[in-house]
Amino acid sequence: MRKVYIYKRFERFWHWVQASLIIFLALTGFEVHGAYTIFGFQKAAEFHRTASWMLIGLIIFAIFWHLTTGEWRQYIPTTKQLKEQVIYYISGIFKGGHHPTEKTGLSKLNPLQRIVYLGFKLVLVPITIISGILYLLYKTFDQNNLIVIEDYPLASIAFWHTLGAIMLMIFLVVHVYMTTTGKTPTSNIKAMITGYEDLDEEQPVELSQIEKNPSKP
Amino acid sequence: MVRNILLVIVVFILSLTVFIFFNQEDNYNLKLEVLRHKYALKPIPSVKHSKLSALQRDFKTPQDVTEACLSCHTETHKEVMASSHWNWERVAYVEGRGISSVGKKNVMNNFCLGTNSNQKSCAKCHIGYGMTSSDFDFKNARNVDCMVCHDNSDEYLKGASMAGYPDRTVNLENVALSVGSPRKSNCGSCHFFSGGGNNVKHGDLESAMLSCSREVDVHMGSNGMNMECVACHTAQNHQMLGKLYSVSTDNTNRSTCEQCHTSTPHLSDVINRHGSKVSCQACHIPVYAKVNSTKMAWRWSEAGKLKDGKPFEEDDSLGNHKYMSIKGSFTWARNVKPDYVWFNGTADQYILGDTIKSVPVQMNTLHGSHNDRQSRIIPVKIHVGDQIYDKVYHQLVQPKLYGENEGDSAFWKDFNWNEAVAAGMKKSGLSYSGKYGFVKTEMYWPVNHMVSPKGGAVGCAECHTRNNGRLAKLTGFYLPGRDHNQMLDFVGLWMFILALVAVLGHASIRIFMNIARNKFEKQIINYDEDKPV
Repeated sequence: MRKVYIYKRFERFWHWVQASLIIFLALTGFEVHGAYTIFGFQKAAEFHRTASWMLIGLIIFAIFWHLTTGEWRQYIPTTKQLKEQVIYYISGIFKGGHHPTEKTGLSKLNPLQRIVYLGFKLVLVPITIISGILYLLYKTFDQNNLIVIEDYPLASIAFWHTLGAIMLMIFLVVHVYMTTTGKTPTSNIKAMITGYEDLDEEQPVELSQIEKNPSKP
Repeated sequence: MVRNILLVIVVFILSLTVFIFFNQEDNYNLKLEVLRHKYALKPIPSVKHSKLSALQRDFKTPQDVTEACLSCHTETHKEVMASSHWNWERVAYVEGRGISSVGKKNVMNNFCLGTNSNQKSCAKCHIGYGMTSSDFDFKNARNVDCMVCHDNSDEYLKGASMAGYPDRTVNLENVALSVGSPRKSNCGSCHFFSGGGNNVKHGDLESAMLSCSREVDVHMGSNGMNMECVACHTAQNHQMLGKLYSVSTDNTNRSTCEQCHTSTPHLSDVINRHGSKVSCQACHIPVYAKVNSTKMAWRWSEAGKLKDGKPFEEDDSLGNHKYMSIKGSFTWARNVKPDYVWFNGTADQYILGDTIKSVPVQMNTLHGSHNDRQSRIIPVKIHVGDQIYDKVYHQLVQPKLYGENEGDSAFWKDFNWNEAVAAGMKKSGLSYSGKYGFVKTEMYWPVNHMVSPKGGAVGCAECHTRNNGRLAKLTGFYLPGRDHNQMLDFVGLWMFILALVAVLGHASIRIFMNIARNKFEKQIINYDEDKPV
């Protein structure tokens, strides 16, 4: 066992600010959607707008960080051991088995995480943000100027934005739960707060071995 | 000591920050301040008419006054006689009709129905003298009534059913010496009392506005800017800016809020952007008829009931007529929330002679739709009722209502519909089958006045709400907060719940298996330790 510095300072800052912004945007967004009343429509809409600009700003910084540090390579998808990872979550985890993949500073995401997070970054967030920007700028150009957004019906912009929001909420639930599947239930969250995580040095145990002898670590 | 001062400064700055944070909406709006300053300065007239020798004389007839006016303003009658105030019609291109003349001369309404054959009474609100029938000479400048608009003595008064002549009590000399720019009381003498009483027709124009608070009308309130009607309804060459779509058709020469307030009056960009689809009035006139009641319904079918062979009237608790034998029964209302419609500035009227296309008969149709780029949501008063029509020709008919004597076939004297309609239609040059009935009607009155101070504007959530919002009846477009994709919300909610259930299920299995495994491991250990020594 050794302590490894796995999440950099900006990465942690980005993660937690993005998490709180997304939760706050969901809270205000579903109020604008008419699902409930907390702040009142006017305040909810105002807060939603402000928070959305903050999130867009943060994501621009995050993209810059990923590109300049080369961290984007962490998200290159792979099918190697993907199946094993899925099987682990379906059965291995119940038998006290080990993660089939090794977590290191250079490769901190397992194949399933790679695919899910890449989808999050390239599909889910863009759908929500692009539809959100269209929503935000709807009617910016009135009849005396060029009309860009007006001809696209607000109902479908709202559809995509709501769809993105619902998927993000589902992601949130599953994501928060999955953080408890580390070495101990809180080790992953601690790592995202402090940056350090205790990682194994040994090779990952093959799944076949786990099944034969579940009690052996 | 120093520490205390520092503490005070810190507390002061903190409280200032908090204060500013909670008072964001009261940010200083320079545009409004400039406007206030502009309209605070009341113009001084360049001429005092009381000093003019041409007016220092006796006037036998009101026409003499007009001649005295024209002795200096030698060409002004031409301007006046080109106006709709004089002609009671405007020539315009109307969709479906072509170039046509539309105005009080030929449109019908669901109040006193129409002017034809009733001119002598209706002409109380015509800027002329001697209109007794449709044969009135619109070319005679001597009959232009300058005083009704320009009297500043508050003494001028048109007589009841006197074909537009002033009441016999009016001192023409005083009036002539007082003339000046029109005041609220001049415009109001007709526009407040149209339909036969105060606030009957408009709902947003009434005599209380001669002296009201800012809460009633932020522009005209006497504790506010105290503006005159003509401050906004300016006139070039006696052509008034502004029109009402009970008698108007085209999208020209309108008086708008934007002419002073610009299209970006708010500090908030989001609210400014609403302006492309929502009129200013929709939010800034939360209710109309704020002081006195306005008529919401008029049922002509009930007219003509007599007590002991004599016509009678019944009032409600507020002193409004509930029933009149000559007119039928009414519904009144106060502090009314407007209805809302899409409107692009063009309209069509029911013109005498038109065939009824649908029931309720639309006395006027405001054109517009959510997918029309020129259309905006405007507040309207919808006046409903029923009125007499020709069962055979399927037309609304024009009864002769006003008459001087019994036996004149006027309904208000004889209470005989058949004779009244026959006389009225004959005067209008139209045929009548002799079979009448009553048909439901609707009329749309755009609400433009009684603007509330900004604090009283309609709040966001009054429209952006799931149920019973102000715009609940306007459908076909997506309104955030009101509309949602039901399918998406349903599927989305269940997917979210399923995810929660899946996660909780997974967690419980893990916990259960973990406990079971720990027990198993402990048993092994215990077995080792419990070996007999």
